[in-house]
Amino acid sequence: MTGFFLSQIQGLDPLTSDEVLVAQNVFFGLIALVMILAALKMVTTENIVHAALYLVIVLAGAAGMFILLGAEFVAVTQILVYIGAIIVLFLFGIMLTKGSFGTEEGELRERNRMAILVSVLIVAVTSGSFIDSFRDAELNRQAPSTTADIGDSIFGQFIIPFEAISVLLLAALIGSVVIARRDQ
Amino acid sequence: MTVFNLAIELAYWQQTVIRSILGLVAVLLPAGTLVYLYLFKMMSFMQSRLGPMEAGPYGSLQLLAEVGKFLQKEDLFPRAADRVVFKAAPFVVLASTFLLVLVLPAGPDAWFINIDTGVFLALAVSSISVIGILMAGWGSASKYSLIGGLRAAGQLVAYELPLVLAVMGVVIQAGTLNVQEIVLAQANGEIFGWGGIGNPFIITQFLGFVIFLIAIQAELTQPPFDMPVAESEIVTGYLTEYTGMRFLLFFIGEFATAGIFSALAATFFLGGWYIPGLDPTSNLFNLIGPLVLVGKMLLVSFLIFWFRFTYPRFREDQLQQLAWKVLVPLSLLNIVATGVLKVVF
Repeated sequence: MTGFFLSQIQGLDPLTSDEVLVAQNVFFGLIALVMILAALKMVTTENIVHAALYLVIVLAGAAGMFILLGAEFVAVTQILVYIGAIIVLFLFGIMLTKGSFGTEEGELRERNRMAILVSVLIVAVTSGSFIDSFRDAELNRQAPSTTADIGDSIFGQFIIPFEAISVLLLAALIGSVVIARRDQ
Repeated sequence: MTVFNLAIELAYWQQTVIRSILGLVAVLLPAGTLVYLYLFKMMSFMQSRLGPMEAGPYGSLQLLAEVGKFLQKEDLFPRAADRVVFKAAPFVVLASTFLLVLVLPAGPDAWFINIDTGVFLALAVSSISVIGILMAGWGSASKYSLIGGLRAAGQLVAYELPLVLAVMGVVIQAGTLNVQEIVLAQANGEIFGWGGIGNPFIITQFLGFVIFLIAIQAELTQPPFDMPVAESEIVTGYLTEYTGMRFLLFFIGEFATAGIFSALAATFFLGGWYIPGLDPTSNLFNLIGPLVLVGKMLLVSFLIFWFRFTYPRFREDQLQQLAWKVLVPLSLLNIVATGVLKVVF
């Protein structure tokens, strides 16, 4: 939003002009730096609560990126779903189930090799497929989609996938309740 | 209304500075007002006592004395505490409050940010405080704090749902997620063709208003929903290990959030900065809008604090049952009814 607003004040249309958006680029760099550092700390820290809190910074950075791209709806969804719900669930789970909150070196060391393999594979596959599909494509500077547009397309064009996902989530919910209450 | 025309051309950075200062005022002023007016005075009167009377006339300077007291205190840490997490926790809670105030419009042009997803943003950032509370509970390395933090998180997560769902009725009726447009929808609304007082959504969304108020009360962990800080069981829950300035930050956060949530309730259900009889596009509202909004906020927070001083504490199971078995189904019914009526009319 910052870059978007700035360019509006200066009388530029951020989506059609060829001007380089300085503020947007500066903020992109700052957020990216913070995200990378937090992500590195997240995987290297041996305290699992700290890892979850570093993940908050990474996810907040992702929300900031979405705002820079003019996708405020996605940004807010990112905050609501990931920071407000999933991280809270993580922390809640860690605090309710763990006997100690300290470090657990042995357990982590054993898994390190596997984790490195998986992350290298993920980076290779995603970056490979992105580079392959967008190699020379120029970014299409469409107008940022408004919330109303998103609502219309979810409940219009994409109504069947949307309903399918709803049913899937409902099934997962019922499944977790069944597993949790098996003894009764 | 050219007399009230305040349209001065300001550079972007000037607007930003002014908005930042006003944001600070919008957070701290309601907090101070609520503490003095309701916590010090109204509670005292309801309990047949006078409350603070010494500092200033009618104890009006008591707030300054309290702040001074907290500032003097030593900055203590429990020996086993996780210092960084312990220090950062109050700021995370305050950050949530400051982000929340952003979406409040106080006049046709007097807003901090005017975005399409205002309501959504408000509900999203209000959930950030849960992380701060969990950080405080865990970082203190104290049993009371941890239990309090977990209780608070469970409660906040449970009551977030009715909070969100209660607002959905308003969103459906107004047809927008933009807070400013929700105010305008109420200002320009008509009750069966009569537009004398607009159409404040409290009339059609009364159920939503009641659910919203209950959910606010629970989100603030105020009595009767103060299980997370139940002093007779767990000292003060996640606040147990905090003293001085850090405790004050949590305290300001709680009362500022009470003010802002009340203002949000006033905006969603009572017409926000609009008062009937004037043109909602008139420039006059940029001046009196903030005052109208504060007036309505005080009205709503009066209800919140009235309940706070009246009812005894819920038990943990009663508290969760109220959220999941009563408020969530009721608010879902409200959404269905609103949706059907919206299509019919």
